[in-house]
Amino acid sequence: MTEIVFDRVSHDFGPDRVVDDVSLVLAEHRIGIVGANGSGKSTLARMINGLVTPSSGRVSVGGLDLARHAREVRRMVGFVFTNADNQIVMPTVREDVAFTLRRHKLDRADAAARVDAALQRFGLTELADRPAHRLSGGQKQLLALAAVLVAEPSIIVADEPTTLLDARNARLVSEHFAELPQQLVVVSHHLELLEEFDRVIVMEGGRVIADDRPGPALDVYRELIGSAR
Amino acid sequence: MIGVFHPGRSLLHRAPALLKLGLLAAFVTAVALQGSLMALAVASVLVMVLFLIAWLPLRLVWQQVVPILWLLAFAVPVQVVFGGWEAAAMMAVRLVLAVALAALYTLTTPVSATLDAMQALLRPFRRWIDADRVGLTLALTIRCVPLLAEIVREVLEARKARGAEGSIAALAVPVIVRALQTAEHLGDALTARGFDD
Amino acid sequence: MSSAHSTSTSDSDATTAVPTPVPRRPRSTARDLAQIAVFAALIAALGLPGALSIGGAAVPITFQTLGVMLAGAILGARKGVLAVLLLIVLVAAGLPLLSGGRGGLSVFVGPSVGYLLGWLLGAAVIGWATARLLPRYPIAPALGWTALGGIVAIYLVGIPVFSVVTGTPIGAAALASTVFLPGDVFKVVVTVLVAKGVHRAWPGLIEPRSWPWARRSVAAESTGTA
Ligand SMILES: Nc1ncnc2c1ncn2[C@@H]1O[C@H](COP(=O)(O)OP(=O)(O)OP(=O)(O)O)[C@@H](O)[C@H]1O
Ligand SMILES: [Mg+2]
Repeated sequence: MTEIVFDRVSHDFGPDRVVDDVSLVLAEHRIGIVGANGSGKSTLARMINGLVTPSSGRVSVGGLDLARHAREVRRMVGFVFTNADNQIVMPTVREDVAFTLRRHKLDRADAAARVDAALQRFGLTELADRPAHRLSGGQKQLLALAAVLVAEPSIIVADEPTTLLDARNARLVSEHFAELPQQLVVVSHHLELLEEFDRVIVMEGGRVIADDRPGPALDVYRELIGSAR
Repeated sequence: MIGVFHPGRSLLHRAPALLKLGLLAAFVTAVALQGSLMALAVASVLVMVLFLIAWLPLRLVWQQVVPILWLLAFAVPVQVVFGGWEAAAMMAVRLVLAVALAALYTLTTPVSATLDAMQALLRPFRRWIDADRVGLTLALTIRCVPLLAEIVREVLEARKARGAEGSIAALAVPVIVRALQTAEHLGDALTARGFDD
Repeated sequence: MSSAHSTSTSDSDATTAVPTPVPRRPRSTARDLAQIAVFAALIAALGLPGALSIGGAAVPITFQTLGVMLAGAILGARKGVLAVLLLIVLVAAGLPLLSGGRGGLSVFVGPSVGYLLGWLLGAAVIGWATARLLPRYPIAPALGWTALGGIVAIYLVGIPVFSVVTGTPIGAAALASTVFLPGDVFKVVVTVLVAKGVHRAWPGLIEPRSWPWARRSVAAESTGTA
């Protein structure tokens, strides 16, 4: 597994400190991040591929400092967003998956074969030439996943990938996540998904308040949201 | 998005887009410079033959030509007053011919073929214009149209649900804010997916 | 909400250990590009059937020019013009993105093509002036400049082209275009009100600049004191 290192990382949005002196070394296969709304989970996750540059401290992935090597890191890290609608950038399903391969400069046949394989894997072959906006919410999130995986990243970061889906689609997408061989960092409120993970980080007010195996970490989290009530 | 294009297998459908564009430009120029009614009559017959070759549904052709007829309903009487019958007739025929032929191009050429032709025309300017980037931005825009249509629709519905008539400005602000948020997310997605590489 | 200064989508504004000022990258960032595409799509969406209509049976008003004015007033001259240009290119390619489902090259050989091309000038004027009206964005001058771009500039291209293509005298063409005037004045007001609100809630969309004459007097002052 690749080492994702946060070294005394803090981040401010204007006057608000949203990530407060976080130091972590993530090298497990599957890592979950939980916490209340606004606790800084998304900000932390987005630092892993340089979408947010921390106000202070450093983030590195596989020894590459994000401040200097964001591009190289982004080739290793695939990012799945909450709202698939905002992640799909091309008009049709096939074109959107192919978009990710643009930077790989493959020859046409090679790229097409990889796109087809990715579509097949997520059951999107039939829909390949449909306009992306006609897909259902679950299909859109599968398309987002296919478009990320076609580049064969070694790490996948996902920020609440199932939050906007209904229960059935959430389960479908979760099952696909569970089968991935890649290193995973997943922000989620779906605790069942995280129960099988190797490590869970609990955030509160920009700080890490628990960092443990899922059992004890999720207990801390349940207590936290329970006590808030 | 399918656009105005109507699929078919005619000679006109199969002709390369760049060739059709060139011929269209030449024809429109020639018609604009043409002074005799006789020549315009010949051109009209030519255009009609081309339409027969393309064999398109009349409804589609009509849709394309109707907007110009509205304008002519205004322009012809004015022309008759200021320039006489003959000038008015020539102007009307020229316009209808140019519009009909341009419509013929659009009806027989897929959007993607025209976009490819445009990229080819941009090639000599590649020092200043990155045709690949232009193509991507065009595709991104096509992708965004349903997204923005949805935003406009939702904001309108929200207003109806509240029963508030409100000013158009109060309606437009949420549309713009959501459009900017969408742009923010799409920008992040483009970056995450290696757009800048 | 958003802050253009704190999240970074380009590597160039990353906080590195090197204290030297990072040079601005000349090309559009991904966010700029997304804004351009989104506003081009917004102008198209405003022309879709049933999108918006006011006044019931009165003169049909297309809200696409509202989109054009907003593109200039919200994104500034460069991005605003590019958004309009994108839309025009897609229309030329055969997409029915103009109000009433019009699209294709027939639009470009017709007499109203001048208005379409005038949109480019209109967005440019509004965007140029908005950058100079910000950050205060006083209402009265904003209305004046937005009208100059959104009405005068567009008509200035649209009317002569209409006159040439149809062979009608320019006066008649100008007279005919006045049917759109009330609607356009209304759209100018809406644009200014919206821009005022949005720029306050979402700073950093357009980099404020100074008027050419202001700059000259500042330069004169500084040379005077030197
Ligand atoms: N671009 C931004 N500009 C300003 N403030 C921001 C921005 N993004 C996030 N914030 C603020 O930072 C704080 C942390 O946000 P973040 O999105 O990281 O939280 P989160 O834990 O992911 O919350 P949620 O569960 O709601 O997704 C919040 O208070 C939020 O309002
Ligand atoms: Mg979040």
